[in-house]
Amino acid sequence: MNNNLIEVSNLEKYFEISGGIFSRNKQVVKAVDGISFNIPYGSSLGLVGQSGCGKTTTARALSLLDPKTGGDVSFYNDETKSMQSIDELEGDELKKFRRNIQMIFQDPYESLNPRWNIKDIILEPLNIHNIGNLSDREEAVFEILKTVGLTPPENYMPRFPHELSGGQRQRVSIARTLIMKPKFVVCDEPTSMLDVSIRISIMDLMLNLAKDLEVSYLYITHDLAVARYMCDRIAVMFNGKIVEIAETEELLSNPIHPYTKRLISSIPIPDPSYNRTKYEIDFTELDQIISTNSGNADMVEVKDNHYVATHDVKGLL
Amino acid sequence: MNILEVKNLNMSYETLEGSVAAVKDVTFSLKEGESFGIVGESGCGKTSVAMSLLQLQADNGKITSGEIIFDGKDIVKLNEKELRDVRWSGISIVFQGAMNSWNPVVKIGEQIREAIREHYPDKTKEENTDKINELFNIVGLDSSIADRYPHELSGGMKQRAVIALALSCDPKLIIADEPTTALDVVIQDQILNEIRKVQDILGLSLIYISHDIAVIAEMTDNMAVMYAGRIVEKGPTKEVFENPRHSYTQSLLASTPSVVGDKIKLKSLDGEPPSLINEQIGCSFAPRCPNKNTSCNPNHNMELVEVASDHYVDICNAERSK
Amino acid sequence: MKNQKDIAKDIRRKALKKNWTMFKQSKLGMLGLYIVLFFLFLSLLQPFLFITGIWNKGVYDPVVGYSEQFQEFLVVECPKEYPTEKYKDRGDCPAKLEVNVRTLFYSDAQVGETIIQNLQPAPPSAKHILGTDSLGRDVFSQVMEGSQVAFLLGLLSATLGVGISTLLGTIAAFFGGRVDAYLMRQSDLILMLPTLPLLFIISAFAELKVWHLAVVLGTIGGLGGSVITIKSQALQVKVKPFVDSARITGGSRMNILFSHVLPNVAPLALLFMVFSVTGAIASESVLSFLGLLNIDMSWGLMIYLAQVEGFIFSGMKFWWLILPAGLSVTFLAGGFYLVGRGLDEVFNPRLRQR
Repeated sequence: MNNNLIEVSNLEKYFEISGGIFSRNKQVVKAVDGISFNIPYGSSLGLVGQSGCGKTTTARALSLLDPKTGGDVSFYNDETKSMQSIDELEGDELKKFRRNIQMIFQDPYESLNPRWNIKDIILEPLNIHNIGNLSDREEAVFEILKTVGLTPPENYMPRFPHELSGGQRQRVSIARTLIMKPKFVVCDEPTSMLDVSIRISIMDLMLNLAKDLEVSYLYITHDLAVARYMCDRIAVMFNGKIVEIAETEELLSNPIHPYTKRLISSIPIPDPSYNRTKYEIDFTELDQIISTNSGNADMVEVKDNHYVATHDVKGLL
Repeated sequence: MNILEVKNLNMSYETLEGSVAAVKDVTFSLKEGESFGIVGESGCGKTSVAMSLLQLQADNGKITSGEIIFDGKDIVKLNEKELRDVRWSGISIVFQGAMNSWNPVVKIGEQIREAIREHYPDKTKEENTDKINELFNIVGLDSSIADRYPHELSGGMKQRAVIALALSCDPKLIIADEPTTALDVVIQDQILNEIRKVQDILGLSLIYISHDIAVIAEMTDNMAVMYAGRIVEKGPTKEVFENPRHSYTQSLLASTPSVVGDKIKLKSLDGEPPSLINEQIGCSFAPRCPNKNTSCNPNHNMELVEVASDHYVDICNAERSK
Repeated sequence: MKNQKDIAKDIRRKALKKNWTMFKQSKLGMLGLYIVLFFLFLSLLQPFLFITGIWNKGVYDPVVGYSEQFQEFLVVECPKEYPTEKYKDRGDCPAKLEVNVRTLFYSDAQVGETIIQNLQPAPPSAKHILGTDSLGRDVFSQVMEGSQVAFLLGLLSATLGVGISTLLGTIAAFFGGRVDAYLMRQSDLILMLPTLPLLFIISAFAELKVWHLAVVLGTIGGLGGSVITIKSQALQVKVKPFVDSARITGGSRMNILFSHVLPNVAPLALLFMVFSVTGAIASESVLSFLGLLNIDMSWGLMIYLAQVEGFIFSGMKFWWLILPAGLSVTFLAGGFYLVGRGLDEVFNPRLRQR
């Protein structure tokens, strides 16, 4: 299907920081300052940026963990065959809707309850949504453990998280995430705390499962190389806004926004003979795009499916 | 002239569960002005090697055998007082997460002064101030930073200050243990450039420790790959990257995604890095080695043999053709 | 293929064994444990001795038992001025096995005669290893009775207190806002109140029995400062990714509170429980010592009686009336504290030695 699964329009998340009990000053931190993107069915989007750019906040808003302060997020509704805003959902409908979205967290050591065993951890989503009977659920846990490579499953089910390695814990997280067959998964840097030699196995696992189960995902990372490996499209985030968004290879071979260029040129290359060219910040190309931007749009389509932001970043870079 | 020669270094920790050999038979050397990289994953022993070089290992860690010859002297044999002379003015170190180890209630400049005073008690206050300004200049910090407290600085600035601190007593060798791990890639690039610049200006020798093979590729002249406490391959960086001989090195290179070049399917390693508590007999990489063939003897004694000029690799990989 | 249940039991056993090994590492914890076990043994020994008939209840009952100890005494007349030939100063007359004629009210014995008197409180002897008190009751039996009281009181009040504070602390952390603000102010208020004077006041209005005291101590303790500490622990758990994970999945707040947050707060609560037993035991002995508790027998009461009957000021002459009770309070309260320290090292990995 070519339909969009998710449409995000002008998403905003502002935080108010009061200056104290006696101060009237309320500062507003615009963690996410109006971002828009779409994710088609069965595809993936990478959200790349440095710390503090707002990518984790975006993830939390999208997974309905923290409420957004502005903008709209819409999901495709199978029954009505149209996009439905999440603002319209509440109560039981909202709970049922939550079966469609899941999240995989960065820290394998903190994302599993240390007092629950693996079986209960993976069972929990099924219990919350009352799927099938007890033996159906245990069967499902058994199968998913095999799918994520934790075999034989009966050896893992009674274990506790602290007995597993980081990589194994992430597999458990993936199992728990996918047991409900969600349509959309937010991945918050799931491999950055793992050893290099096992990162690829986890990433490959996620790629294969996403393909088999037709899951779309938003992959958050600060590492462009990882985003390249995992995602069809990449959005570069800076200071709460998306500055550029394009298909992966296009972004890497033809970056346009000065921030994207600077980001790409800062990445060390695992090849001693490669000469990285140092990038000097240059606004000429961007200025030209802004000047020819007649519609005053926030994001200008410079090429097919390749958008660049037109807001002012001169003081910030 | 070799400024540092490490010969058959062995180091282990005493824990409740038994003796853990963290560094096994490590040998390498460093010329003046050279930068040497040590790459490996968590638990491979690279940080333990760094700590051993300065005898800064934890209380339950002990060097059980081997020599560390710095500038002609074996520092394993030095007593505490003699070691203090070596530390900072001979070898200094930038720790992992060092930017978070600044004392939060003392100004940055004062903390650097403290270090200088320890080693050069006779210098005057003006001389020290000049020195600090000079250091800040080298690492790209404004001299007003000396009057600031750590919490007023960004991560990148704090890390530059750490480098200034490491340089404050004119060491000949600096060990950098993952100095840019917590930093953004743009700041990391700047810090790496600073380090390279500093090296050129002052003629420093550098040992660079990281799990990031890309950084090692860019920063080092020679390198060693460590696994489970041992060096499994070492040689000139360019040579190791172009002709990786050990299966582990090959795996590392094959599992690192890159933003340049063709998009290739990466290969991963099965299993996990080994726990060092169980003493491994024979080849510690054998359980995960993807290149096992009929002639592989997993119980072979690991030792390094030369396969090309200055390029050493563990014996079983040497015999296997590429 | 091993049955899943068996594997689960194995894992649990291994975990318990690991915790036990860690606890054993703590010398303080083990010392505390031995002390507590010793007193537990004492508590159980007394009913055992009665039931098996080794001890005659009529003689050894700590409250109503009576043991006759008769002794011959020589009647003397103590001089008005000292020193004399026989006695160096006032304290020497009457000497051991002598009795001053002026203190004899119910007898018309004359100086120089011997009379037979009841020697209470009697010093330790083969029959009564810690002696008897002024009413002829066996002191050792009293110590054991006091031990039972201490355990019951301590554990009851600790359980109640910890139950309350865990529930309140977790609720405060979880719901935040006004609920949190109210509970914190309540905690502050309770913290401000000095416990002992408060107990004095309460005992002035109502007759306090042991289990009344347990409930009062438990409630005050439970509403006090430990709520704040448990709340901070619960807050830390609340922001962990696995709680986020449960929320995303669609878990209800109550569900998350009970199945995720509470179990992770439990170890800390257990720790508090052990520490609060110490306070409970000490409070009881103070209250009894001041005569404010309506109780038949306890360690505090033993010291109270000793004081009221003037034996405390006789120095070490009647040590068996004071030392056993006093030392018991100190040791048992201290023992629980040490167990808490040992448990702390198990639950708080940062405190462990390498």
